[in-house]
Amino acid sequence: MNKPAFDVQATNAASRKAAPRKLSLKERYNLMTGDLGWETTYQPMDKVFPYDQFEGIKIHNWEGWQDPFRLTMDAYWKFQGEKERKLYAIIDAFQQNNAQFNVTDARYINALKLFFQGVSPLEYAASRGYALAGRNLRGVGARVACQMQAIDELRHAQTQIHTISHYNKFFSGLHENSYMFDRLWYLSVPKSFFEDAMSAGPFEFVTAISFGFEYVLTNLLFMPFMSGAAFNGDMATVTFGFSAQSDESRHMTLGLEIVKFLLEQDPDNLPIVQHWIDKWFWRGYRLLALVAMMMDYMLPKRVMSWSEAWEIYFEKNGGALFEDLARYGIRLPKYHEVASKEKGHLSHQTWATFYNYTHATAMHTWIPEPHEMDWLSAKYPDTFDKYYRPRFEYWDSLAKQDKRWFNPGLPMLCQTCQIPMLFTDVGSDPTRVVSRESVYRGTKYHFCSDGCKDVFDYEPEKYVQAYLPVNQIFQGNCGGSSLSDVVNWCHVEPADSGDFAQSEDRANWNRWTHADAGSEA
Amino acid sequence: MTIRALSPDYEGTPRDAEENFHGNRLLFVYWQNHAMFCSPICIPVPPTMPFAALRDEVLPGLYGSHPDFAKIKWNKVHWFHEQEDWKPNPSKTLAENGLVHKSLVQFSTPGLTGIGGSGT
Repeated sequence: MNKPAFDVQATNAASRKAAPRKLSLKERYNLMTGDLGWETTYQPMDKVFPYDQFEGIKIHNWEGWQDPFRLTMDAYWKFQGEKERKLYAIIDAFQQNNAQFNVTDARYINALKLFFQGVSPLEYAASRGYALAGRNLRGVGARVACQMQAIDELRHAQTQIHTISHYNKFFSGLHENSYMFDRLWYLSVPKSFFEDAMSAGPFEFVTAISFGFEYVLTNLLFMPFMSGAAFNGDMATVTFGFSAQSDESRHMTLGLEIVKFLLEQDPDNLPIVQHWIDKWFWRGYRLLALVAMMMDYMLPKRVMSWSEAWEIYFEKNGGALFEDLARYGIRLPKYHEVASKEKGHLSHQTWATFYNYTHATAMHTWIPEPHEMDWLSAKYPDTFDKYYRPRFEYWDSLAKQDKRWFNPGLPMLCQTCQIPMLFTDVGSDPTRVVSRESVYRGTKYHFCSDGCKDVFDYEPEKYVQAYLPVNQIFQGNCGGSSLSDVVNWCHVEPADSGDFAQSEDRANWNRWTHADAGSEA
Repeated sequence: MTIRALSPDYEGTPRDAEENFHGNRLLFVYWQNHAMFCSPICIPVPPTMPFAALRDEVLPGLYGSHPDFAKIKWNKVHWFHEQEDWKPNPSKTLAENGLVHKSLVQFSTPGLTGIGGSGT
């Protein structure tokens, strides 16, 4: 249990007297975490911490929550300060050497745009979420761990903004990511994911983000961007990635500890935690559709295919994790087999969707080069040539006649994940989308999958409130009725969108690097 | 229980209620096995629109860019409302044909198999 207040004072007085002796890691951790908490006396603890019981999680002993790193604030500041100094020294050198011209080609920058528009704002959202969770969990170890993670996430958002601001001087789509994050249709996918977690209780939040996101899926989210950057000569992004890496490994370890802690506290917690794991696995997996297309289509030099990444990081590593958790009664997340079945289709369908709607994005799309299509055929022998190559070749033929094709309609969105209803029934007919429906209080709601329908059906009062960008446009809430009105309202400038072939990015790149002068011929 | 919330009687306000659409209803339209169009398309339409107007005036603007579209024999098209067979009367309105706010209408065009027969 937490110590009463007078004990803290006594310990502080004692430690002042004994100041010269160097404290062991364990003593220091006890003083700077456990001893910072106390049982409140002016108000009952339940009134001070009103949000940590409604989820049904039962905690009998908060001391069971241990930070495996025993990190204390004094060590934290020192450690982070050193990392900051190194990072900014490298970024300075990067800028002075115009190292943005060392990336493979200007198409790569679009992966950076996707990261900056869709992932960096999540770092900031995570900072807010952990600050909130830290306030609402009554165990002192948990509160301190959440506080540090809140600061970590804020630091990640800042270092990303600082690093990428240099690219913003040269390329489109990297200005005003906060407006874009709040308003652009495809960014409502990551935004709503995080807001779903933040508007849940503190235990669901930490299970969703620390375990589901940071532990189970981070190798498929954060790392592909960083290894993509390394493969494509983007040393600035690699550097902030490195600077975040030791934080990420701390977050991952904590994510696993949190789930074990919840499961060890009370057997009644098991079904609640299992439900959260099912839900956040599926929500996270849907979010990864954006990463899948980045890996297979947006990197001029590819690291590995989405399908290979899924096999290594989920089927193999994730499989081992859930074998380990089986002793707590946890099983693999529901619908993991659907995700595995979709691995040969996911990236192609997502990229084709962005190709449909590039006139309403703050990044460019393009048809893969012939040798890139061959790479896709080799990596996806069962699916690419049969289902996807024909549409890219057809679009390419139109583009070559100056008739670049765009979809003139707006997409129907899934009520839960907010992604256009693009996922097909890969088992029986991969050219036909899956649609599921629920009727709640007399109104229809549509879903891209059983996974998304389950999430809605469990808490419909939450998801009826979803802000679906397309539906908001038709309600007249997005700056006007024409596409250019809406795009302006999203703070997207004309140079930000459209096909890469016609983009300012491409023209500038060729001018700056003399790529058109024949050196590549 | 329909939500796990601090207040047990918590109710959310549906953001896409029909009255928010200024007299229109959302309609989702999907042309099966023509995956060049990445997903069903969402359009706001008045419930009083005749089905024939949807078919003859709205759909060409959405799907006319596909080379199969001009080849559609409309008397052979299969229509679905949600997952069920649906036989709309062209001269009746969308509402009279049974469509409601956020209905999903699908159509299949037998014999038309997309770009190069790929279902695209």
